[in-house]
Amino acid sequence: MTMLSTNGDLRQQTADLFTRKKRVALAVPAVIFAYFVYVFIAFDVAGLADRARMDNARTLVADAYSYKTHVARDNRDAELSFAIEGSRQGNYPEGETPDWVQVDGSNMVVDLGGGHVVRYLADTLVTYESPDFETITLQLVDDVVVTNLPDPAPAWVNASDTRVAITADAGRLTYTRSKAEVFRYSKGWELFFFTLASPYYGAGLGDILFGDQIDPARGNIAGAWADFWDNSLWRHTDVFWALGETVLMAFLGTFGAAIIALPLAFLAAKNFAPVVALRFAVRRVFDFVRGVDGLIWTIVLSRAFGPGPLTGALAILVTDVGGFGKSFSEALENVDEKQIEGVQSTGAKPVQRYRFGVIPQVTPILLSQILYYFESNTRSATIIGAITGGGIGLFLTQAMQTQNDWEKVTYYIILIVIMVMVMDTISGWLRRKLIKGDEGGH
Amino acid sequence: MAEISAAGSTGTQSMRDSYMAMTRRKRAYGGIILAVFILLMITGFQTVEERSAGGFWEGLPRIFDFPAGVVSEAWDKIDQMPANLVTYFPALIETINIAAVSTLVGAILGLILSLLSTRGLAKWPRLIPLFRRMMDIMRALPEIVIALVLIFILGGGPIPAMIAIAFHTAGALGKLFSEVAENADLKPVEGLASVGANWSQRMLLGVIPQVAPNYLSYTLMRFEINIRASAILGFVGAGGIGYELRNAMTFGMGRFDLAAAIFVLLFLTIVFFDQISSHYRNRLVKGYQA
Repeated sequence: MTMLSTNGDLRQQTADLFTRKKRVALAVPAVIFAYFVYVFIAFDVAGLADRARMDNARTLVADAYSYKTHVARDNRDAELSFAIEGSRQGNYPEGETPDWVQVDGSNMVVDLGGGHVVRYLADTLVTYESPDFETITLQLVDDVVVTNLPDPAPAWVNASDTRVAITADAGRLTYTRSKAEVFRYSKGWELFFFTLASPYYGAGLGDILFGDQIDPARGNIAGAWADFWDNSLWRHTDVFWALGETVLMAFLGTFGAAIIALPLAFLAAKNFAPVVALRFAVRRVFDFVRGVDGLIWTIVLSRAFGPGPLTGALAILVTDVGGFGKSFSEALENVDEKQIEGVQSTGAKPVQRYRFGVIPQVTPILLSQILYYFESNTRSATIIGAITGGGIGLFLTQAMQTQNDWEKVTYYIILIVIMVMVMDTISGWLRRKLIKGDEGGH
Repeated sequence: MAEISAAGSTGTQSMRDSYMAMTRRKRAYGGIILAVFILLMITGFQTVEERSAGGFWEGLPRIFDFPAGVVSEAWDKIDQMPANLVTYFPALIETINIAAVSTLVGAILGLILSLLSTRGLAKWPRLIPLFRRMMDIMRALPEIVIALVLIFILGGGPIPAMIAIAFHTAGALGKLFSEVAENADLKPVEGLASVGANWSQRMLLGVIPQVAPNYLSYTLMRFEINIRASAILGFVGAGGIGYELRNAMTFGMGRFDLAAAIFVLLFLTIVFFDQISSHYRNRLVKGYQA
């Protein structure tokens, strides 16, 4: 009888349990959904479409894989200029022009491709020929840009008395009072390897490795190598220094923190702490340092040490002392007392007990934790570098602020991803080796 | 007898010699590694100092100047402190919301990615390497990179930060999740397969209940990390309390009383969520073992 009644109870209990589980299973997604709805309203996701600058997105994507060449004629002295990305380092040498431009005195014809042709004629007159629209003429008369555009102008033209901009797929013509400028987009990162000033510009890999000597003063490979690293537009040397600086910040911060945290962790571990009050105090220090967070430490330290990688390294160091202290002391609390007793039974002094009884036990755990932090600090160093101005983070924010160096932004992003992946791989490999070595030892 | 003992003693002798030689070699290696490490630390530190605006020894005495300034200014205007705390509370809520939403979205994405990239569970076993590489790249991209690009396109505000953190979280949690899922018992999955359950049913009913405590515990840990991340991203323009902090720091010479209020809020929030999350994580792990 008792059996039966317990069975009945059990059945009832099971049924209750299942109803409860069913309710939870339905309630959790409902709560999450309700939260998403709240956030949707709080973050004004609906208004995102108005705020989003899709033209920015287009520029960004187009710029990431292409470059533009600026061709311009000054409206005052009729001087012609040709420059890649409009920068001084990208200037074509005197007398050289891109092959889609034909120069005749101060007149020239710019072929944008697809039937779009811009003709620079005498006396500030510029014409724009396109396949689907009549030829547009632009001229500066009494300091006003005069055109034959119909009113209203087509959507791809933006016209006023002082400035006319015509946008096509392959490029753009901007006519202002000071100059008439054409941008022509082409694929690739044109000056990535060599600037136009370098004799190796335009030479292929085969020419450099096996071809005739290009620069009489230097050997091909050495010269090309030097010119590549000295590239004043892409600044490869500086970029790689910055990458190294970021890794260095993470390295110094992580290992410096570990060195400081290890002795403190002994003071904070239950089984090693000499004084209870001290242990409590050290723990609170760890909690405080961790709670203050890297952002605040970065700001506080940058006031003392100024901008640069030093502040970044110290910010990582201080923040991680808290994290390491906590996890190291936990690892120390879990050590096996037997080994320490064994060492003690041979007459070892306290320092020797720590050295031979404790350190060998915790080393693999600590090292694997340190490596794990090192890995994640490589990423943090990028962010902290963007705030304090050091390493690749600084390059990234600088390139973003100009709002037209998107090919450089892409380049830096690729480098950052590669850097982080390389660090992950190295540290993962080391950690596996350490853990394996630990297993082999037992 | 004498012969044997002599042979024994020379055996011990040679054993001891080889042991001592090994110990010496080990010590030498250890010493070399230590020396290289110390050299790296010192030269690294010097390099970093050279490339910075200020020096370490010049900065060290000034380390408490700024905190002291903040504290004294906050103390002078202590009567305004409660009002300041109230002013910045909505920004704090925004920061917490960014962290919570991105953790949730990241965890859901990470869950799907992890199941798709675990041997034995994947829906398309041939695509496992693809999903793994995807997670590697998501994990490797620091949040700030995505956030800065999205701020340029979408404008400032919480959404770029949310997407950036969720993206990174999906990669990071996906890896941890798939390590847990690899150890899951496949019998329930086979049982479900034998009664004709489709892939999502097998995962939902056969795998998730097994791994849920571990997954929840990792997700809570990630939430802690993401609160810090969302505060930092605010500082580079993505809304929330970090943004207010930057504004407070750049008002003229800096409104340190406002900065102090933000420091207090941020500190309390981080400590609060750390405590809650570690409490529940302990309970999850212990409940699982019991």
